[in-house]
Amino acid sequence: MSDYLVQFNNISKFFGKVIALKDVTMKLRKGEIMCLLGDNGAGKSTLIKTLAGVHKPDEGEIIVEGKKTIFDSPKDALDMGIATVYQDLALVSLMSVTRNFFMGREPMKGPPFLKTFDIEKANKIAAERMGQIGIDVRDPSQAVGTMSGGERQCLAISRAIYFGAKVLVLDEPTSALGVHQASVVLKYIVKAASQGLAVILITHNVHHAYPVGNSFTVLNRGKSLGTYAKKDITREKLLSMMAGGEELNKLEVELKEMNRSSVN
Amino acid sequence: MSTKSKSIESKTDFNQDERLKKVSNLKVLLNRPELGALGGAILVFIFFGIVAGDTGMFSAYGILNFLDVSANLGIIAIAAAMLMIGGEFDLSIGSMIGFAGICIAIPAIYWGWPLWMSIIFAFSMAVLVGYFNGILVVRTGLPSFIVTLAMLFILRGATLALTRLITGRTQVPGLRVLIENDPIAWIFATDSFKWVFTWLGSMNLIALRTDGSPLATGIPPSVIWFIALAILTTWILMKTRYGNWIFASGGDKNGANNVGVPVGRVKISLFIGTAVAATIFATIQVLDAGSADTMRGTLKELEAIAAAVVGGCLLTGGYGSAIGAAFGALIFGTVSMGIFYTDVDTDWFKVFLGAMMLIAVIFNNYIRRKVTESK
Repeated sequence: MSDYLVQFNNISKFFGKVIALKDVTMKLRKGEIMCLLGDNGAGKSTLIKTLAGVHKPDEGEIIVEGKKTIFDSPKDALDMGIATVYQDLALVSLMSVTRNFFMGREPMKGPPFLKTFDIEKANKIAAERMGQIGIDVRDPSQAVGTMSGGERQCLAISRAIYFGAKVLVLDEPTSALGVHQASVVLKYIVKAASQGLAVILITHNVHHAYPVGNSFTVLNRGKSLGTYAKKDITREKLLSMMAGGEELNKLEVELKEMNRSSVN
Repeated sequence: MSTKSKSIESKTDFNQDERLKKVSNLKVLLNRPELGALGGAILVFIFFGIVAGDTGMFSAYGILNFLDVSANLGIIAIAAAMLMIGGEFDLSIGSMIGFAGICIAIPAIYWGWPLWMSIIFAFSMAVLVGYFNGILVVRTGLPSFIVTLAMLFILRGATLALTRLITGRTQVPGLRVLIENDPIAWIFATDSFKWVFTWLGSMNLIALRTDGSPLATGIPPSVIWFIALAILTTWILMKTRYGNWIFASGGDKNGANNVGVPVGRVKISLFIGTAVAATIFATIQVLDAGSADTMRGTLKELEAIAAAVVGGCLLTGGYGSAIGAAFGALIFGTVSMGIFYTDVDTDWFKVFLGAMMLIAVIFNNYIRRKVTESK
């Protein structure tokens, strides 16, 4: 019996002849933040969709709390406590914070057949939850459109946690945000992990990933370049691995050559 | 870890946040989608109160007259508003009215069905048409504007062709005699609260006919339906899970889908709603006139959408209110009748309708920007 909360072992995914993912392995304990780094086209999106149950892996196994499982649909993944927060956040900007928070999972009250949406309870919970993460929802019936990008991200994460997520899969949570907003979101992610969640943070921004991550998996052209604990790797090393460091080194050398020849 | 989370929590006491500003009730009201229509309705009443206050427009008979027109439009406007909030259009409402009319009249007159059976038949057809519209939009992903525009032509054409084929004419009269003793027809054909009007008449508070009966005999069925539908749909939107799903489906289809809202089912049910509302409209009018006309309801779909827009619905979905559409219909109904009591030529009504809609769209657009803008 392992102490891992969730394990993705040797996951491969093929689309026809295209190898989208090959032998990707990720293991997470409770309270751990694993950052999944990769440049565009590295296979991040395919991996997310596999974790979320949208794609079925062609090879490999998924083990949740020691039990081998297969996700037939996103709902299966969700039922096992693996919640994915996509970049679009699944928020409706014209709707209120409360209505967004409980969208699709509204608390109900009243007798059978006449059940109504318990909006008071929903308002209370939404305000409470947002308050816990330091967002002053001035009024939980205000539209989500009036919130900043960071607050929306926090709302989406907070919603996933409230509805029983054990493993959070976050798709580029900071990519559209400014420095301050990003740090607010990152702080919240750390806090969520400290409460016992496992977090898979998918990003191409090493500067956002490095301070919060416990371990780092680098993805390149559908393959994992390995998983490293924080103490075993530097920010610079990660950066160069991600971008295909060799290529950049070569480019640097070439540019130097060009400079020299033009000076002469 | 514990120190870290503590430091975050320390400054997050929700209730004591100094940035928590008290929002005045006025501002809450300003954020409601139906505000514009409510204001418009009040303005319209003030205007006619001044211009036509002493003409009989605001006698019991006059009031019921413009309420009846408003209510008829309102019944379909409310359904159109619900569908618009859900993110779709239905341009086939007007044709559905004509189609529903002959679905009642032809079986009842030519096939000898009892009237109640014809009415049930018409409503069944409405559910089918609505379901077909809905499934087509949901499955193909095509804009509902195009799909229901096609249905506008198909239904109107079929109504004309079938009626001429079966009856050799474009009108089917002779329904009035069937209404009496019918177990269902009274729901669509009976004036309510007659005793109130009889009493008012006996007290000489309202105008009487020469035989002593009151000129206004009771609340027309359209008004009762209109009020009932306005209450029901507002309750659905504000207080039920299904209401939340309607907003979600219209606001962001994908987002709603991702959190488990059955967007397809919601939209199909709303399409059924507009077709059924068109059939309620048709049943009331056909039973009132005693005949079905193949051209009944022509252009009504656009009036319904106009009323919904004036009532605060965004054309992009996800925002609006049923009560707003009700006020929108009240504005149009009041002006279309009220204009007879003024010196203004009635030809100007359409100009008013268009101008009103334009103002509403500009106003709504402004509201939407305010609601969605980041701070």
